[in-house]
Formats: sequence, structure tokens, C-alpha cells
Amino acid sequence: MMSAVERILSRAVIEITPGSIVNLGIGLPTQVMHYLPDDFDVQIHSENGILCAWKQAEPESMDPFLIDASGAYVSLREGASLFDSAVSFAMIRRARLDLTMIGAFEVDAHGNLANWKIPGKFSPGIGGAMELAQKTKRIVVLTTHTDKHGLPKILETCRLPLTAKACVSRIISDLAVIDVTDQGLVVREKLVDISNVDLQALTEAELTFAIEGKAL
Amino acid sequence: MKKNRTLENAIATIPSGAVVMVGGFGNPGTPFSLIDELLRQGQTDLTLIKNDANEAGHGVSRLIENGQVRKLITTHIGLNKVVIDHLNRGDIDVEFHPQGMLAEKIRTAGSGSFGFLTDIGMDSEITRPDDLLDWQGKTYKVEMALPADFALIHAAQADWLGNLVYQGSAINFSPLMAMAANHVIVETPDLGAPGRFKPEHVHTPGAFVDCVVRLESLTSDYGILEHHVRR
Repeated sequence: MMSAVERILSRAVIEITPGSIVNLGIGLPTQVMHYLPDDFDVQIHSENGILCAWKQAEPESMDPFLIDASGAYVSLREGASLFDSAVSFAMIRRARLDLTMIGAFEVDAHGNLANWKIPGKFSPGIGGAMELAQKTKRIVVLTTHTDKHGLPKILETCRLPLTAKACVSRIISDLAVIDVTDQGLVVREKLVDISNVDLQALTEAELTFAIEGKAL
Repeated sequence: MKKNRTLENAIATIPSGAVVMVGGFGNPGTPFSLIDELLRQGQTDLTLIKNDANEAGHGVSRLIENGQVRKLITTHIGLNKVVIDHLNRGDIDVEFHPQGMLAEKIRTAGSGSFGFLTDIGMDSEITRPDDLLDWQGKTYKVEMALPADFALIHAAQADWLGNLVYQGSAINFSPLMAMAANHVIVETPDLGAPGRFKPEHVHTPGAFVDCVVRLESLTSDYGILEHHVRR
């Protein structure tokens, strides 16, 4: 039985299409890289100034001056480039990235994303999230379905300060794969054996069900 | 003209109340030795501009923990619970910017311009009505340039004219900050005579740099952080 995190990551990696340029946000998304086959044709963009970042090197060749945005040590693939932060975000704002996977405090039925500020409690800050969310061609949110108190994170309307409006295409939780559509949230896959009623009970936003894959 | 200075003399030019840019994204590019000298000399009421707050007990976090910082202009402090606690208690003023906006504000100051127009963050609470500008039928957000009094920069290599070369992901904000501050202080473990670099390989031309401090050795801050190693 896979853990909640393993279910999210092993499903998330399928979203990465060959030949694409992908940014993986701090938290769960950066771990998706470890699920990619070593020969997979993808360019991982890290907003601290790397194109073609790759998995951590062997201990003897780890470079303390080469990290991803979460502080993890990375290596470089052939064809990599290194650049300053202005160039890195020019790449993002000019929509040269195909996919960003990003974490969420809250995500809602309109595709709004909140992931930078819980006033008075935990405000990690914006980082690269606003520009990535506003300008990447496709945004996939990776999140546990509920928070540590068991409360829904997938809401009718976000209550926390927004990172960006109407930016999310798909939500991958530990329970389901959900698309944001003009008709609201549509469940495409279930990642666990759960009834529609039980999944809806853990979700504030109204769900419709159009299961494509088989339940695991 | 040789720009070599001692660590103590270089940092002694910074007065209390200064606005100080600090290069680095996480550890790479953070000028730990310059920061530790600023900690030792004890200047206060500083405004720091840095991508992040480093991690608790390291780099600029030490200045914040020591009460030397009035305001932090940054993008993300999620890896530093101590600084988040300072923020929650109101001990420090923290101003968050989208990361690319912070970079571009610094780059703009470094190019001698005063601002630019963008659509980033227009739908969020970081944008106030006063920030908006209608121009030729469209609405934009005005972002002003962000200059500073001082920049503290780590370079992998330098020459005594102040030509700089960065390494790995340690480039990040450093070349931008080196252009945007009135007084640029560089530390490097590898300082040599002019002519050592192929001219087209210089990242920051020496004209932007005021002084260079040669580090005798690099402390453990510059090495591998065990808690970031994946097992």
C-alpha cells in the first residue's frame, strides 16, 4: 500500500510529457523528479537559475553550489544552462515553460490558487509562485486532499490571499485526479478505493464524476 | 587600481540604517563571511534585500536573530521558521515580492531606469489601486526600481579590478545586485591578477565593483548541508 505522498507523486509523474520544459515547486513537486526514468526526455527548470537540473549526484561529486529552489542538491544534464534570476523569470513570464507543478494551501472550483500566506500563522512568501501560476501554459496542483486537521483544501472559493486567479488546470490529491473545467470540478480518476459520496464529503467544492481510468 | 580590502575595512564602510542587498538563493551565492563580519561589527537598523532569509542560524538569519535588521525585502522565507516567528511577533517588517519582480526591480535599478510595467500579481492583495496605470487602453501595474546603498556578493573567482565569475546556481541575484547598489563589496576565495579570465567569460565587469575581499578559507556554511542530502 502506497503512502498518500507516494500516491500523489507516482500519479503526478505521468503528467510530464516527453520534450517538455517543467518547473517543480517547493515541497511535494520537487520530489516528482525522483520518479522520472533516468533517460526521460524533459528539461527541468529551477527558478534559482537552472535549465536541465537533474537528480542528486553521487556523494563524491555533489556540488554545494548547485541546488534546486527547495535547497536540495541537484546535478546538471547534458545541455544544461545556468543564468541569473532575471533571465530565469524572463523564461517564465515569456511562457517558455510547458508545465508547472505546484503545492497549495487552498485551491478552488474556479482554479484559483492560494499558497503563500496564512495571515498571522505561516507566511512562507510568494517565491516564484505568482509568475509561474500566471504564465505557465499548464498548472497542476499537487496536494493532500485535506489538511492536517482533516479539513478540505479543495474549496468552493479560496479564503486565503490568492497567489493567482483561474490558473489551475488539474488537481492531483492523494485520493483523486480532478480537472478544473468551466462546469466546475470533474473527477477523472480515483487513486484509492473510495465512494463518490465519501470523496465529496472530503471536498468543499461540488464534484462531478467522469472517471476515465479504473479505480486502484 | 587594486580593489583589495580587508574583511574588516570593507564592512566598516556600512553604517547603521543602511539598505543592503545580499546575493544568494539559499546557500549558494550567500556571502557568509561578509555577513558574519557585519554580525561582529554590529551595525543596526538595517534594511536587507535578499531572495530568502537563509536557514535558522545561518547567513542573514543570524543578523535577524541578533536584532540588527529592521526590514527584510524578500520573496520566500518558508525554510526559516525562526524568521517566520519574528515576522508573526512583529519583531521585523517583511515585504514579500514575487521572485521575478524582485529580480526585475533590482535589474531595473541596475540599468539606471526607474520602473517598469507588468501584469504580475495584479489580481492579488500585493497590488494596491495606486500601483495601477492605464496606458493606451490597457491597465498595468507599475513596479518601481529597487536600488540599495550596499551590495554584498560572493564570487567564485575575481581579479583585483573587480571582474567576477560566479559558479553553479550561485549566480542567482548576484550580477543584478552588483549593478544596483551604490557600493559593491565582493568576497571570493579565489582572487587573482587581471588577465586570468577570458574577457567574454566575465559575468560582472569590474566597473560595478568597489572592493574585493579575499577569503583565506571557506567555512562549513559553504559546504554540503547534511539535512538537504537525500538518502
